[in-house]
Amino acid sequence: MILDSKTPDGPLAEKWDRYRADSKLIGPGNKRKFKVIVVGTGLAGSSAAATLSELGFQVDVFTFHDSPRRAHSVAAQGGINAAKNYQGDGDSTWRLFYDTIKGGDFRSREANVYRLAQVSTQIIDQCVAQGVPFAREYGGLLQNRSFGGALVSRTFYARGQTGQQLLLGAYSALNRQVGLGKVNLHTHAEMLDVIMHGGTACGIVTRDLRKGAMTSHFADAVVLCTGGYSNVFFLSTNAAGCNATAIWRAHKQGAAFANPCFTQIHPTCIPPAGDFQSKLTLMSESLRNDGRVWVPKQPGDKRAPGDIPEEDRDYYLERKYPAFGNLAPRDISSRSAKEVCDEGRGVGPGGLGVYLDFSDSIDRLGESTIRERYGNLFHMYERITAENPYQVPMRIYPAPHYTMGGLWVDYELMTTIPGLFALGEANFSDHGANRLGASALMQGLADGYFVLPATICNYLNSKPAINAEAAKESGRATEAQVKARLQKILAIKGSTPVERLHRDLGNIVWEACGMSRSGKDLPQAINDIRDLKQRFWETAAVTGHAGDLNMTLEKAGRVADLIELGELMCRDALTREESCGAHFRVEHQTADGEAVRNDQDFCHVAAWEHTGDDTEPNRLVEELEFESVNLAVRSYK
Amino acid sequence: MKFTLHIWRQPSNSDSGNFETREIDGITPEMSFLEMLDQVNMQLTGGGEPEVAFEHDCREGICGTCSLVINGVPHGPEWGATTCQTYMRSFEDGSEIWIEPYRAKAFPITKDLIVDRSAFDRIQQAGGFVSANTGSAPDANAIPIAKAVAEQAMDSAACIGCGACVAACSNASASLFVAAKVTHLATLPQGDPERRARVQKMIAQMDAEMFGSCSNHGECEAVCPKNISVSVIAQMNREYLRSVATSDT
Ligand SMILES: Cc1cc2nc3c(=O)[nH]c(=O)nc-3n(C[C@H](O)[C@H](O)[C@H](O)COP(=O)(O)OP(=O)(O)OC[C@H]3O[C@@H](n4cnc5c(N)ncnc54)[C@H](O)[C@@H]3O)c2cc1C
Ligand code: FES
Repeated sequence: MILDSKTPDGPLAEKWDRYRADSKLIGPGNKRKFKVIVVGTGLAGSSAAATLSELGFQVDVFTFHDSPRRAHSVAAQGGINAAKNYQGDGDSTWRLFYDTIKGGDFRSREANVYRLAQVSTQIIDQCVAQGVPFAREYGGLLQNRSFGGALVSRTFYARGQTGQQLLLGAYSALNRQVGLGKVNLHTHAEMLDVIMHGGTACGIVTRDLRKGAMTSHFADAVVLCTGGYSNVFFLSTNAAGCNATAIWRAHKQGAAFANPCFTQIHPTCIPPAGDFQSKLTLMSESLRNDGRVWVPKQPGDKRAPGDIPEEDRDYYLERKYPAFGNLAPRDISSRSAKEVCDEGRGVGPGGLGVYLDFSDSIDRLGESTIRERYGNLFHMYERITAENPYQVPMRIYPAPHYTMGGLWVDYELMTTIPGLFALGEANFSDHGANRLGASALMQGLADGYFVLPATICNYLNSKPAINAEAAKESGRATEAQVKARLQKILAIKGSTPVERLHRDLGNIVWEACGMSRSGKDLPQAINDIRDLKQRFWETAAVTGHAGDLNMTLEKAGRVADLIELGELMCRDALTREESCGAHFRVEHQTADGEAVRNDQDFCHVAAWEHTGDDTEPNRLVEELEFESVNLAVRSYK
Repeated sequence: MKFTLHIWRQPSNSDSGNFETREIDGITPEMSFLEMLDQVNMQLTGGGEPEVAFEHDCREGICGTCSLVINGVPHGPEWGATTCQTYMRSFEDGSEIWIEPYRAKAFPITKDLIVDRSAFDRIQQAGGFVSANTGSAPDANAIPIAKAVAEQAMDSAACIGCGACVAACSNASASLFVAAKVTHLATLPQGDPERRARVQKMIAQMDAEMFGSCSNHGECEAVCPKNISVSVIAQMNREYLRSVATSDT
């Protein structure tokens, strides 16, 4: 397999325009002849399905949720970036491009990132036209806020519910097409495999989660917009239902999986309260503007925070990063928190937490100012922990949050399987080794509203003809395999709850492939995951049957896939002998603990090719060429 | 903590259902209500029994998936919170807890605690949108919108589509849900051109889905986890009257 990024020629700023000018269009009458399957109704899926339908394609869209509006994009809080330069503070397409490339520690493709920055402005226009109620100034113009990794104000937001409002906008565009009878919407429909014929994707197999019925659906192209895989860690900021089955099944059918070890750990989440914990809740990073992070100097100091005098406290971020202090970037803040907890200086249940203390700010600015700035967050914190953060410091801890890795795609967002595309968090395309805040929403909507609708025609224009009968035959075979797998799961009849196995997976991956990774721990983790896989197939407790609503069976199928993906993450982390972005290999750091990148050997995308269940995967490489930027060292001291 | 749970079990829509009683021990106040149910389900599946089917996803009060009636109240005792944001510290140790699904004609029970809320999507498909094809939009700052207006639109746009309003209403009316969208879009200039057709189509679909009429009792507002005000219903009624009076279609 070779990885051809199909990056267009020409100067960076002209590539996208040239690409569009050169691509062959499909006439309105002919678009109707093509059918596209879109899996997922988050920002990427809803926007793609609505736009493809507006253009005249036949569209079938699938989600395992009961409604398109429940996709986990709904939970995004902070905002969405766009290079509008409405604040006149010097923003530009170039600057957004550069910040994103640098934020990703120079491990993403220049041409894709530049295009993202280019289309970002149109996204905001589109959303406003749909009625998205972004925050406004008194004069009626749109308001912006700043986010990490940028020196300009380019983040648009709708209170703390930006993802919800953007999703409802895309959902409304999708609803319009459904109401017009132009999009077929399939809810409670979980895609369990890709149907292949002659090396191309020609459909999917789905299971109706309400009734258990299995169906094959055929189309000229299949677009996966199925989100990220942070739930490999079990505890994450993702929703309980988020899973990797769609992309993992595609991977096993031949789609290369790129940079699986690039996963982001968010520094400010509410720590776990016990081993019953089912998910972690994000607290906006903006809190670090006024809160000071500290732990006791002495391990095992059990005094209440108010009883620990100044001289016994370690404000470790301020100590280690005097220039950025409490505003050090996500990866660095997360890693430092883990370090102090590993030293036994963590606070709260299980020692998994650090203080985020607002008392200085409250003394300086008054409680009312703090309430004005963060009132809703303080309220949310108090609801979950029953502690009043105006009186006692908050406790926070890092949590898995976002996955930069995903299916490898070329400039047209097509995977290594012809006819199979991947959009949004499901692909690997734009964030390199670390994603900046407010850039995932931008990427999902860029992919769905503007990129795929322009690039899919190239494939459709030149796609090989597939005999419908032959495709159906392949569908029947795939369906039979999917059914056999479900039966195999139901036949285990063990007594270990699937949730227990999932937690165990999370623990292994979190310890070995979380905030820091090492050549010593990763091989052990790979072995442990293999043992776990065996334990799953021998002891998982899965009750009921396949022809019915069966949530245990759904969960088991997803966990089985996450286990395999967890192993690939560790393998990828083991082979990437450098520290970059969120990937920190302890062997590759400076004397004072800073990441050391290895551009000589690793300035590339690693994309893994599945070779069979019992054979090792192939590591393919896409070299990254930087024509427009210099590879610099990130420093926040 | 320990509790006596009375959980509604119903294998499918065509079967009849009943409350099943279970004792649960070892619960801590920090657990969320759904984490407590996770414990119940781990015990059930570990013992080879079918789990209690209930819906949930984000577990942070924003996706609108969780939908339980706890001790007779949709989303339970905590004000302005969803089921997933309800914690066991809100319940007295040793007490009995009744857990059942939403009850409404337009939300048929699928299994145990799960109901079918697809009627909500069909109402949105009938008219809950602005017809603006991708790529056709003017610059986002072309039409200034007063801050207060944008805030007001946001207040009603905050609806998470959970359906608690329907479950709380003695007539199982969807008025608060529909009115929230009608008000959101009617408040903004972008929604203005289609406002008449929108309110008529959405109300027609709401009626077709067999939701009841508004009882004016305000139970919907009391259980809404996003505190959407019943005043949006008055706004919807005004929109509707105006649309029939001036409709030219
Ligand atoms: C708590 C939180 C806060 C965040 N805040 C921000 C922020 O402020 N700014 C920002 O830019 N980003 C933020 N992010 C990241 C961002 O929200 C996500 O990366 C982005 O929304 C993902 O969108 P998506 O469309 O790719 O996937 P999703 O929204 O996850 O949608 C996935 C869809 O795929 C469907 N699906 C999945 N698998 C299958 C299958 N097998 N069969 C059928 N359907 C399937 C699901 O039903 C769903 O519809 C945040 C993330 C989290 C978790
Ligand atoms: S699970 Fe999402 S709102 Fe409760």
